Amino acid sequence: MSLNVENATVIYPGTDGRPPTEALQQINMTLDDGDFVVSIGASGCGKSTLLNLIAGFLAPTEGQIILDGSAVEGPGADRSVVFQKHALLPWLNVLENIEFGLMLQGHTKEARNTVAGRFIKLLGLSGFENSPVYALSGGMQQRVGIARALTCDPKLLLMDEPLGALDALTREKAQELILQLWHDTGKSVFFITHSVEEALFMGTRLIVMSPRPGRITHEFDLPFSRKFLDGTSARSVKASPEFIEIREEVLAIIFADEEAV
Amino acid sequence: MSNTSNENEQKIQSASNSLLSKLTRERPTLPGETYGVPGSGNTVLLSLTTIAILLFFWWLITAMGWVKPLFVPSPQSIVVKFLNIWRDGFTGSALWVHILISAGRVFSAFLLACAIGIPLGLAMGMSPLIRGIFDPPIEFYRPIPPLAYLPLMIIWFGIGETSKVLLIFLSVFAPVALGARAGVRSAAIEQIHAAYSFGATRWQVLRHVILPSAMPEILTAMRIGIGFGWTTLVAAEMVAATKGIGYMVLTASQFLQTSVVIMGIVVIAGIAYLFDLLMRMIERKVVPWKGKM
Repeated sequence: MSLNVENATVIYPGTDGRPPTEALQQINMTLDDGDFVVSIGASGCGKSTLLNLIAGFLAPTEGQIILDGSAVEGPGADRSVVFQKHALLPWLNVLENIEFGLMLQGHTKEARNTVAGRFIKLLGLSGFENSPVYALSGGMQQRVGIARALTCDPKLLLMDEPLGALDALTREKAQELILQLWHDTGKSVFFITHSVEEALFMGTRLIVMSPRPGRITHEFDLPFSRKFLDGTSARSVKASPEFIEIREEVLAIIFADEEAV
Repeated sequence: MSNTSNENEQKIQSASNSLLSKLTRERPTLPGETYGVPGSGNTVLLSLTTIAILLFFWWLITAMGWVKPLFVPSPQSIVVKFLNIWRDGFTGSALWVHILISAGRVFSAFLLACAIGIPLGLAMGMSPLIRGIFDPPIEFYRPIPPLAYLPLMIIWFGIGETSKVLLIFLSVFAPVALGARAGVRSAAIEQIHAAYSFGATRWQVLRHVILPSAMPEILTAMRIGIGFGWTTLVAAEMVAATKGIGYMVLTASQFLQTSVVIMGIVVIAGIAYLFDLLMRMIERKVVPWKGKM
């Protein structure tokens, strides 16, 4: 799997006489097999626009997105998306939600059950197969969303602030769970977050974006997720001097952007 | 002695005031209640009391002879009339025949309106082309009272069943179609995107995301629609009907049989209410998730 974003520019046409907005300007980015790329930036920096481009929900005004040698023309099952919220289907139970993608692709009931069963176990949802999703806690709903995204065996997992609506404790546990899944499944991930700490902890690479126009201003290679997967506890990774140093650096960049508004 | 009688008096007073005090007392400060969602709370008791009070005043003004039975017959006489007509029929047909005929007209018009209105409304929500074509005619006729175009229905479709069912159909059709159209907007963009990202076709998105998420609005629109249907029933049975509850009410009014008029109204209201209860039950069964996500 290799993803190349080449000179992608997105310009939203102005409405009601307002000038057009340049949501993304000349974005260049690569994502290779097994990468965990995290995007962070002040609000309005275009990180969700970038994810929508890669997912194929949005076509670039200029430039192109190349996935494994061919241009992305629209959404497809090789890229699954985990959304922040509102993406589960409340008329289906947990199992049916997880099987949703497989059902759309026309897999048989048995095939669906086998695959879904694996991810139900992997995400700790056993015993909740028949529960209505609206009765679940936010953390469990998000695990259903992640399981659903994984069932179709995507090349690339796109996560749009998946933990943004969770409380702090659930969020830290979910971070560890996602890292473990990433390690176990070997998927490539593109991950958006508002939390600097989350970004540094999870990613193998961090891209910092700036608003007006949205562009990538800084990139960092990150060692912290590997440290966690090698056995260091999450808290001690996040409390280490190197972590704190780079955290302050990134925070300074983002605060400078916010103040420039 | 005086002490105990005083206590008893208080007891009696508090018992007779219990309903009133329940309605007016300060609520206990439960978490989330004092500053909770406005309008929550059970209203069954209050509703039953209102009905009882209305019935009581109705009975009072007739029993005291304040109003002549020609204008307001007593509640008892309505019940007696109901039993009489149930036994003897009205203008040669049994009461249940009138009810069945009317219900048949309303329900066939309702089913027809749903069968055409729901798909059309969904199509209008999904496609600017179809919306552009059908929006003007529906918006044009929707606010017109059915009585106004009743003559046209009769001129065009005669005095048989067609014009009657069609009149009711038109009154149900607009709210159902507009409800289905609005329902298309209920799906969250994330749900639609999720389906597309699994490689769903446009048809699959419609079938598995748009349609289920529109169900609450569609069911509400059906409830409103059948309400309009019952409202139009009497108008539909104004011309050349020989059976039906609306016909019964109109005929009785010509002979100043006020009790039959009121009885017919109560029967219509009763059937409409029962059907509404049924629709609410269906709603709870079909969309238990309504408003929960």
